Amino acid sequence: MGADGSPAAQTFEGRQEMTSAALTSAVAKLRESGAVMRMTEEASQQVQETFDGDPTGDERMIMNMGPQHPSTHGVLRLMLELEGETVLRVKPVIGYLHTGMEWTGEELTYLQGPTNVTRMDYASPIFNELVFCLTVEKLLGVEVPERATWIRMLMAELNRMASHLLFMATNGMDLGAVSMMLYGWREREEVLRFFEMVTGLRMNHNYIRCGGVAADLPDGWRDHVLRLLDMIPPRLDEYDTLMTGQPIWRDRLQGVGAITAEECVALGVTGPILRSTGYAWDLRRDDPYLAYDEVDFDVVVGTYGDCFDRYAIRLNEIRESIRIVRQVLDKMPKGDYRVQDRKVTPPPRARIDESMEALIHHFKIFTEGFKVPEGEAYCAVESPRGELGCYIVSDGSSHPYRMHIRAPSFVNLQSLPHMMHGGLIADGVAVISSVDPIMGEVDR
Amino acid sequence: MADDPATAVADDAREDAHEQPAEPELLYGAPVTWMRGQQVIHPSRADAKAVLKSARDDGFLMCIDIAGVDYLTFGERSSAEGSERPIVSPTAIPVDELRRRRSLPEGITPDRFEVVINLLRFADSSRLRVRVQVPADDPTFPTVTDLWFGADAMEREVFDLFGIEFTDHPDLSRILMPEDWVGHPLRKDFNSGRIPVQFKGDPSGEGS
Repeated sequence: MGADGSPAAQTFEGRQEMTSAALTSAVAKLRESGAVMRMTEEASQQVQETFDGDPTGDERMIMNMGPQHPSTHGVLRLMLELEGETVLRVKPVIGYLHTGMEWTGEELTYLQGPTNVTRMDYASPIFNELVFCLTVEKLLGVEVPERATWIRMLMAELNRMASHLLFMATNGMDLGAVSMMLYGWREREEVLRFFEMVTGLRMNHNYIRCGGVAADLPDGWRDHVLRLLDMIPPRLDEYDTLMTGQPIWRDRLQGVGAITAEECVALGVTGPILRSTGYAWDLRRDDPYLAYDEVDFDVVVGTYGDCFDRYAIRLNEIRESIRIVRQVLDKMPKGDYRVQDRKVTPPPRARIDESMEALIHHFKIFTEGFKVPEGEAYCAVESPRGELGCYIVSDGSSHPYRMHIRAPSFVNLQSLPHMMHGGLIADGVAVISSVDPIMGEVDR
Repeated sequence: MADDPATAVADDAREDAHEQPAEPELLYGAPVTWMRGQQVIHPSRADAKAVLKSARDDGFLMCIDIAGVDYLTFGERSSAEGSERPIVSPTAIPVDELRRRRSLPEGITPDRFEVVINLLRFADSSRLRVRVQVPADDPTFPTVTDLWFGADAMEREVFDLFGIEFTDHPDLSRILMPEDWVGHPLRKDFNSGRIPVQFKGDPSGEGS
């Protein structure tokens, strides 16, 4: 019983609760006053003499890293088998952020679909909307107007920049370069400011819709983008000074978490991880969608497949994206920003007041949604993390019968055990960071 | 070239063949369909492994994606929405009609489940989709992890959400749902949304 008469929790050492000092014995007081090791030297000696195992033989232990570990980018849990500080085996445990978004996608109409998928990979939402809409458009057989295609490209490349800037920030922080954290977020915020101007939201835009985009680019967008394009390259050069050439940074990343192209292909790993091995595979170039075959850009590849290559690839992909955005600015055509098919896209707001048909179409699209012919299709885009795919089965109704997202982070996580094997646990943090997983996309 | 009679005849023959295929097109021994310009093959479950192996040996080095589909209520929603079609239970739809609506070739019996495997060939950037029917009373599928190691997590996801067992999979366990979850949530008969509260009460049993 405790001092106040309540039942006390019993442990093998006795009662758990603190009692008043007056009631505590001298021995107990001694134990409480800062004693960490409670074993006396005599007892410790005795244990060592009677220990019959090999004290150096078994240092293996299983340790859980996460799901609340800050360097796991969300709720990734890693079960590590360690021998001292060396990682022997890794098993990523996921599902902590599973919210059944594929199921939700089957309950929403095709019009509402982008609102759902944009929340999967929250660092690059435009790509999720894009791949969903491309798949639906393939099922519909709709040809998107040229301006819509180029607006999509503009937004996608700016989003790639924002996503890679976020990677710069988190990668820096994971490795102890905390000022990089601030710089990366700062530049990303500038890109998000443009997104806010165009879409109204910093994240989860729901901007790309089936048949085009939600709204035309606002007045002054070109100046805003140009300001962005002038501002970011010098900042990237600052990153180079701060990190790329810095010996500590290089020591921390070079040769860490190396993976080969064969392993990547066998594991289904795509994106910067595959390119870091020297395999130039980029869907924008090798399987062009939108109008990527009309712009000039380089596919950045690494040589060693280590964390440094993955860092350098992402840094230079920001530069390539800037190059693409400049070309998009030059080539941006005039015209419709969404397809003028009233069965797919809603009529302009002004038309609703004038035309009965427009009102009916508006009502039909927003209550019932538009119907998509029976069939199934798979489309893929190159997201900042790799191949982002969408597989939709339609049964002819206004809801997808099955909506499946092939998330690059989900597949890329499988490479963690291979990259972390035999390395130090401190390098493990660098490896997780270089995979750049977004858990919202992994668990969906 | 168009004046060349031989070419013209060959063109005509090709057009005829396109309209009325005398022999169904086969790839790796499985019937081929084209869906919105994408190539799909439909091997039977017994042949699936051999077909996939020859696909891999033919250059499809990457297994991009594995998805499950539960066709239990296919067509129910569309027939309920449209006024032209009467509301019918999907089981009442004749097999030929169902085959057409699910875009399956002749000779393939529509089953409840489907495993859809997306393959990628780097050499010519071509993609191949493999759709395999899996019956409801025996939801198993031979694992492809021995062909593409990366199929590991994808197969676990399909198992978790659809309950399709991948035989000989190295570690077939739930990946997204909690380990003690009952049922497979993406099955159409799972009654999603009707479960009142999950995670009620702590494991020790004290308090709830």
